[in-house]
Amino acid sequence: MRPENYQARNQPPSNEFELNFGPNHPGIEGNYAFRVKLNGDEVLSARADAGYLHRGFEKLMEGRLWIQNIALVPRICVPDPVPMEVCYSLAVEELCGLEVPERAQWIRVMQLEMSRLAAHLFAFGGHAATTGMYTPMFWGVADRDLILDRFEELTGGRVYSIYNIPGGVRREVPDGFLERLGSLLDYLESRLPDYDNLFFTNQVFIKRARDVGTITQEQALKWGVTGPNLRATGLEFDVRRDDPYLVYDQIEFDIPTEPGGDALSRNLVRRSELKQSIRILRQVIDRLPSIQGSIRCPIPNPLAWNVPAGESYARVESSKGELAYYVVSTGGDKPYRVHVRGPSSMHAVQVLENLAVGCRLEDIAQIMFSLDACPPEVDR
Amino acid sequence: MSDIPYKDKGSILRPLKALSFFARKPVTEPFEPRPAADSYRGFHVNDWEKCIGCSTCQKVCDNAAITMVRIPGLPEDPVLGIRNERPAIDYGRCCWCGLCVDICPTGSISLTTEYVHICREDELDSYFILPDPNGMHGEHFSKGWDKTEDADLVDLQQQPMGEVEAEQRIDNFDEMINGFTSQQAIIEASRCVQCGMCHDSCPTHMNAPEYIRAIWEGNAEEAVRQIYRTNPFSHVCGRVCTRRCETACSIGRRGDPVAIRWLKRYAMDAVSDERTREIAAEDKVDYVSGKKIAIIGAGPAGLTAAFDLVKKGHEVTVFEALDKPGGMTRYGIPEYRLPYDRLDADVEVITSLGVTIRYNTRIGRDVSMADLEREHDAVVVAIGLQEGRSTRIPGSDHKQVKKAVSLLRKITQGKTFDVPRTAVVIGGGNVAMDIARSLARLQKQQYGEVGMTVAALEDFDHFLADPEEITESREEGILILDSRGPKQVIVDKGKLTGLVTLGVISIFDEDGRFAPRYEERDEQIHPAEMVIESIGQMTDVSLFGDELTERLEWNRGRLKVDENGHTSEAWLWSAGDMVFGPDVVHAVADGHRVAASIEAYFTSVEVSQ
Repeated sequence: MRPENYQARNQPPSNEFELNFGPNHPGIEGNYAFRVKLNGDEVLSARADAGYLHRGFEKLMEGRLWIQNIALVPRICVPDPVPMEVCYSLAVEELCGLEVPERAQWIRVMQLEMSRLAAHLFAFGGHAATTGMYTPMFWGVADRDLILDRFEELTGGRVYSIYNIPGGVRREVPDGFLERLGSLLDYLESRLPDYDNLFFTNQVFIKRARDVGTITQEQALKWGVTGPNLRATGLEFDVRRDDPYLVYDQIEFDIPTEPGGDALSRNLVRRSELKQSIRILRQVIDRLPSIQGSIRCPIPNPLAWNVPAGESYARVESSKGELAYYVVSTGGDKPYRVHVRGPSSMHAVQVLENLAVGCRLEDIAQIMFSLDACPPEVDR
Repeated sequence: MSDIPYKDKGSILRPLKALSFFARKPVTEPFEPRPAADSYRGFHVNDWEKCIGCSTCQKVCDNAAITMVRIPGLPEDPVLGIRNERPAIDYGRCCWCGLCVDICPTGSISLTTEYVHICREDELDSYFILPDPNGMHGEHFSKGWDKTEDADLVDLQQQPMGEVEAEQRIDNFDEMINGFTSQQAIIEASRCVQCGMCHDSCPTHMNAPEYIRAIWEGNAEEAVRQIYRTNPFSHVCGRVCTRRCETACSIGRRGDPVAIRWLKRYAMDAVSDERTREIAAEDKVDYVSGKKIAIIGAGPAGLTAAFDLVKKGHEVTVFEALDKPGGMTRYGIPEYRLPYDRLDADVEVITSLGVTIRYNTRIGRDVSMADLEREHDAVVVAIGLQEGRSTRIPGSDHKQVKKAVSLLRKITQGKTFDVPRTAVVIGGGNVAMDIARSLARLQKQQYGEVGMTVAALEDFDHFLADPEEITESREEGILILDSRGPKQVIVDKGKLTGLVTLGVISIFDEDGRFAPRYEERDEQIHPAEMVIESIGQMTDVSLFGDELTERLEWNRGRLKVDENGHTSEAWLWSAGDMVFGPDVVHAVADGHRVAASIEAYFTSVEVSQ
């Protein structure tokens, strides 16, 4: 194509035009992009483009040993990696019939809730940034970093902990870890009023977020909305309670809901879940020392590990919604097929494309962050 | 509903709350790298002293970040299971998952708390490093993610091998090792990390990683196929091999090595003899070469050479002085360790390929070497070490002083002799244990009690026999004495009544030569009706005849051969124990070597013609 061959597109005069929204837009996560049709600043339609961040996880897994995948799966969702490891492990354990020791199950719950805290801090910080408020973002990220410090101490890695393997967890909890986690929880709890003052009860935010991207409960169920986004439509559903895994049935926690179904409600649900996660973690800190025993059941040599043929489906409640792994084995040393049911693929594609219609251009980023969609999880 | 007061409209004074933040410390990360957590997964270190270059880290690495690099100058010893290779890491690929640490059989590799590396544009190669004990920048950061018991992914425990109890086995020659069940074999095979140290250390370089893998996959026939690539004495080696593979096994660095010998036995027992013969014949050529080869001695070396040569289309005849094949594996190894029908199965594979064995034919008596030379294109002498050595102590010429190998041969042949109520064995090797345990069984059968003593020069820390032989012998009621040297056989009025031994001070002199020194005051008398010498074997080369002996080159009483067993005569090769000393798997390896040499000789003759 030479410049002299360029021709202006012959269009009838109209207020309608198309806009590539992202992938460089600061309000859009990473690589994610939209092709938006606008009339003025009103969105007429939006097409999602998942981009080329981390693609082909599911296919990659077919070429790797069962154990090698534990280093791959956390990458599917950077802000909330632990549920990926745990869910993959649960699926493989189901195929192998492995009994995970109770202590390992408590340690997994501990990590899952730490990860949920970190992810929610990240999410509200992101949402704040899309509404023009940068201080909550700095606070959220700085406080998340303190959780990452504890992850580093527990697992040796700050973001990708790669700590769960089929059969249990890889290492014993370090001495004094629970005390340090406890004081971190005290600190985070003391920060909640600050967050409220700064953000959640801030009228600027409330006015920006109220009645934006509203989903009715009926739509939510139809579109496959899960997690905090579903609970923000008033439906009390949580995999941790309704299909308990690990030791969640021994833990007390509430399931916060909001009636609004809009961006505001979704954030408020997450804000309430911060408190619930802290509550769960305190119970873990109380119980874990009394649960002795090993942290992993014996597993075969990872280089010669044939997982019995069959299929399994394991689901957990991640910070973004219902996360599930469907794993098929033909009895070999590698998975035959792994499918990841990531909550974000629903939230960031069909839900967002629907919600964007009729909203204003500047709200697209806000809606996406209020749905807490994670791009690499969309296109695995 | 949440408890967040978001419907609160606030007040005009609320911004004043912000004043409280003046007193708080800002969130600022220091410019200097923060010290990492104790189990941080940073750059690698590798203890080169501990590392054996087994490449298991490379196999588990999920990003193919590890390359094994050969480092000249580092020790390399296949017998000990050490390679001069060390892992190099490409930090452009590494994801610091630490699986290499968890699976390392030796525990040499670890991750450290070091995590900062900065390079300029022209130093892009600096991301590819060869970790040593000093770390990436030689700055001795403390270890982070290190080998712990929790995280260890190496299965250190062998599957237990079932064994007949001492009371049940002591009065018979039934096989005492039960062998693995298929489930046990698969679990045991799954412990293997496929490093190949076993292959390198094996004298005949058996494809152990391949057949272990096949067993793990549940494919015993493929395992047998892999086994037959290098070893036609597989039933024998599956039971009595000296298993250097297990000494070299990298899993054995910290735990029990993979039970390679028992796995081989499992695979051989799992496949029918008929199918084994079919598998062994798969790579036999379908033409006849027209070359004739004579092999003297139907032991492992001779029959292995026959196996290789017959598969190349040659006509092979084996001459055996005794009436059954197997050589020392039949006449030296007791049946409770190696049942004769398993040995027969091995030999039948070889004869089914077309090898002819002429039994009861002694070369030098029934057929002369000159006849063999005239009628064959090549001749292999693989007659083994069939004569026992004597201690030559006073009284050792008494008729009740026996050689272990002769007595073992007698027992196998079923010849009757007066079983002594009490006997002393001089020697501490596996042959000494074999004769002691065989006689103990006969004693138990005839007299209902065991009266065996073994007196060895070595102390228990340097004992020659396998540790399990000692344990099992003791279970069977045999008394084993260490550090005892024979002084004289006591003969009273022509009747042997016992053996006098002395305490050993040292066995070798300063130059490492065999020159035992005894403590004269530490004398013990062991009453016995029979004394058995088991201090080594030698060969009987009288079959060559004077004329050929004269023509051949000799080296200190041993036949001089090149590294392939070729003697100074173009048509004559020598193989097996008589060249390398007593060991089945060495004999098998030697059989292959000689067969290859003969094949190369034929080719060179054809080319020169």
